[in-house]
Amino acid sequence: MPRLHHFPGGIKLQGHKSESLIQGLQQASLPRQLILPLKQHIGEHNKPLVDVGDRVLKGQMIAAASALICAPVHAPTSGVIAEIENFPVAHPSGQDDTCIVIDVDGKDEAADPVLPDLQQVDADGMIELICRAGIVGLGGAVFPTAPKLSRGKAHGIDTLIINGVECEPYITCDDILMRHCAAEVLRGTGYLQRILRPQRTVIAIEDNKPEAIAKMTAAFAQSGLLDTEIVAIPTIYPSGGEKQLIQILTGKEVPHGQLAFDIGLFCQNVGTCVAITRALEQDQPLISRVVTISGDNIRQPGNWEVRLGTPIRHLIELAEGYLHSDRAHLVMGGPMMGFSLAGDQVPIVKASNNILVMREETIPHSPGYHDECIRCSKCTEVCPASLLPQQLYWHARARAFDRVEEFHLFDCIECGCCSAVCPSAIPLVQYYRAAKSDIRAAQKAQIKSDHARIRFESRERRLLLKKQQEEERRRLKREALQKKKAGSTASTADPVQAALERVKARKQAAQEESP
Amino acid sequence: MIIAIVTISLMAGLFGLILGYAAIRFRVEGNPIVDQIDALLPQTQCGQCTFPGCRPYAEAIANGEAPINQCPPGGQATIVALAGLLDTEVLELNAEHGEHLEVPLVAIIDEQTCIGCTLCIQACPVDAILGSAKHMHTVIADECTGCKLCLPPCPVDCIDMLPIPQTIDDWKWTPPRALELHSPELTTDA
Repeated sequence: MPRLHHFPGGIKLQGHKSESLIQGLQQASLPRQLILPLKQHIGEHNKPLVDVGDRVLKGQMIAAASALICAPVHAPTSGVIAEIENFPVAHPSGQDDTCIVIDVDGKDEAADPVLPDLQQVDADGMIELICRAGIVGLGGAVFPTAPKLSRGKAHGIDTLIINGVECEPYITCDDILMRHCAAEVLRGTGYLQRILRPQRTVIAIEDNKPEAIAKMTAAFAQSGLLDTEIVAIPTIYPSGGEKQLIQILTGKEVPHGQLAFDIGLFCQNVGTCVAITRALEQDQPLISRVVTISGDNIRQPGNWEVRLGTPIRHLIELAEGYLHSDRAHLVMGGPMMGFSLAGDQVPIVKASNNILVMREETIPHSPGYHDECIRCSKCTEVCPASLLPQQLYWHARARAFDRVEEFHLFDCIECGCCSAVCPSAIPLVQYYRAAKSDIRAAQKAQIKSDHARIRFESRERRLLLKKQQEEERRRLKREALQKKKAGSTASTADPVQAALERVKARKQAAQEESP
Repeated sequence: MIIAIVTISLMAGLFGLILGYAAIRFRVEGNPIVDQIDALLPQTQCGQCTFPGCRPYAEAIANGEAPINQCPPGGQATIVALAGLLDTEVLELNAEHGEHLEVPLVAIIDEQTCIGCTLCIQACPVDAILGSAKHMHTVIADECTGCKLCLPPCPVDCIDMLPIPQTIDDWKWTPPRALELHSPELTTDA
C-alpha cells in the first residue's frame, strides 16, 4: 500500500449512487433504429465507409478517418443503412452533426471473428488491434486509446494507473463494471502492461465502493498480475480527474503544459480496459458501453449495457419512464461536469457514461443572470488545480484573454468545484469555457490570417516577378530592334528606298524579257 | 582638467565606435513596427481601408498616415489590439469603410453561369480562385478570405458571398451575464 497524498482543494459531495446500483448490470434491448454520429472522439471527423441501402453486420467498420486518428465507428448490430444525415447529437451546443442511421433487423448477425494468437502479438500489433476496434477513453474524455498508447510507449512509462475512481455523483457505470467484469478489467490491465511495460501498476478505486474493491481484490488473487496493487483512495471530488489522481497516488504534479506521460505516468479508465480485453480476445470492436441512468425524475435508475447509437428515449423506456412529468431536464455526464441535452432523441455515444434525468424544478433556475462576486475566495480554497478562480472570472468577464492565459486558464479541468461553492451562484465554469472557446477561435483565426498573408505575399512576389520579366523581354526586344536598325543603316541608307529599287529593277527585267 | 577632458573624449570616441559597429552588425531589416501591425490585421486583403492590402495599411499606420479604425473585417477587436500595440486611444470603427460582420463570408461561384473570363482570378488577392480562360472557375473555400474583391469584375454576376455555416467544431460557449447594478431589470422593479 503506497503512502497516499492529497491534491489541493476538492469538495465532499452527496453521492446519490445507491439508487442506480440496486438492479445490477442489465442488458439493454435493441431499439428499432440506431443513430451513430460519425465523430464520437476528440480529433478529426470520420468519413462514412457505407452507403444508404447497404446491409451491415455487427462489428463492421462503417466510418473511419486517416490511420493516425484511430477512432473508427462500427455497426453495433446487423441491419440496413437507412440514412446518412444530420441529427441532434450529444453536444453542449445542441447542434446537429452527421450520423449514420441503421435500421436494425434484429438478427444481431456478426461476421466470423478473426482471433489472433495473443501470445504471438507484440506491443505494436496490440496497439494496431486496439486502433481498429475504435477504442477511445471511456472515462469521458474520449481520446483515442491507440495513439495515446503509442505515445506512452515511446515516452517510457514508470507507473500505470487504472482509474476506477468515478468521483462524480450519480454515476456508477465503472462501479458496476468492476463488480461484474472484474476479471476482464484485470486482463485488460495485463494487456496494457504488456504494451507499456511499467514498473508498477496501481488500480485506484474510491473507498465508497467497497463491493467493487472486494470483487476486484478477489479477481486479482487469481489474475497473476505482477507488480500491481489495488488501492482504495478517500472519497473527495474530483479525485477521479487524471491529474488529481496522479497527485493522490504519487504526490507528483503534472507540470503546466505537459501531459501525464511526460512524467512517466499513464492513466486508463476501467471501462477502457474491458473494451481492450474484448477487442483483443473476442475481436469485438467498441460497439456498446455501460451507461448509468439516474436522477430524481427516472422511475427505475440503473446500469445498462447499451449498444452505441441507442436513442436515450429507448433507455428511458427501459428504465420505466419519467417519474414526475415528461418535462425532464436531461444531462449527459454527471451534475458537476455534464452538459444539458437537446432532447431524448439524442443517441448514446462512446462518451455517454451517465444520463441524468432531473425534474425541471430541481435544476437551479437560470435566468441568464447571476449575483456579483463578494470576493469571499471560497473558490480558491476548493480549486484542485491551485488556480485563482476569482482572477480568472474577472478577466474572463472583461474578455481580457491574455490575462486569463497568464492565470493559466488552460490548466482548469472544469470540475465545477468553484461554481458549486460560490455564494453568489456565479456560473464560473461557464465563463472559463466561454473564454477557452473564444481563445481557441482566435487562435484558429490567427492561423487562417497567417496563411492568407503568406498567400498574399507570394502572389505579390509572383506579380512583381512577372512584371520584371515582361519589362526585361521588352527591353531585349527594343535593343534587338535598335541593333538591327543600326546594322541595316550601314549597308543602305534607307530600307524602303532599297526595296523600291529592287521592285523597279524586277519590273524593268520583266519588260525587257517580254517582246 | 586636461586628463578629464582627454578621458571623456576617449570614452566618447570608444562608445561612438561601439555604437557605430553595433548599428552595422545588428542592423534591423525593414520596419519591425510594420510587421507587428501587420500581424494584428486580419489579412483579408479586401482594401476597404483604402489601401491595397493589409501590409500597405500597416505601413500607413506606422507612418502616421492613417488612423487605426479603418479595418471593418478586423472590427473592434483589431482596433483594441492596435491601440494596445501603439499605445493610442481606442477608436470606434469608422463606418465609412464598412461594417464589421460577425459571421465570416466565403465566395461561391455559380458554375452554371460562369463564362470563364478569368477576371475574378486576377482580382483575388490570395489566389483562392481556380480556373482558366473559357473554362469554369471555382473558389477554394478554405483559402477564401471573404474580401469581396472578385464581385465587381464579374461580367455575369455569378459570384455570391455566403456566410460560412457554423459547425459543431467551431461552436462557442456563450458567457453568462452578471446582473448589473443599473440594469433595466433592477431599475424597472424599483
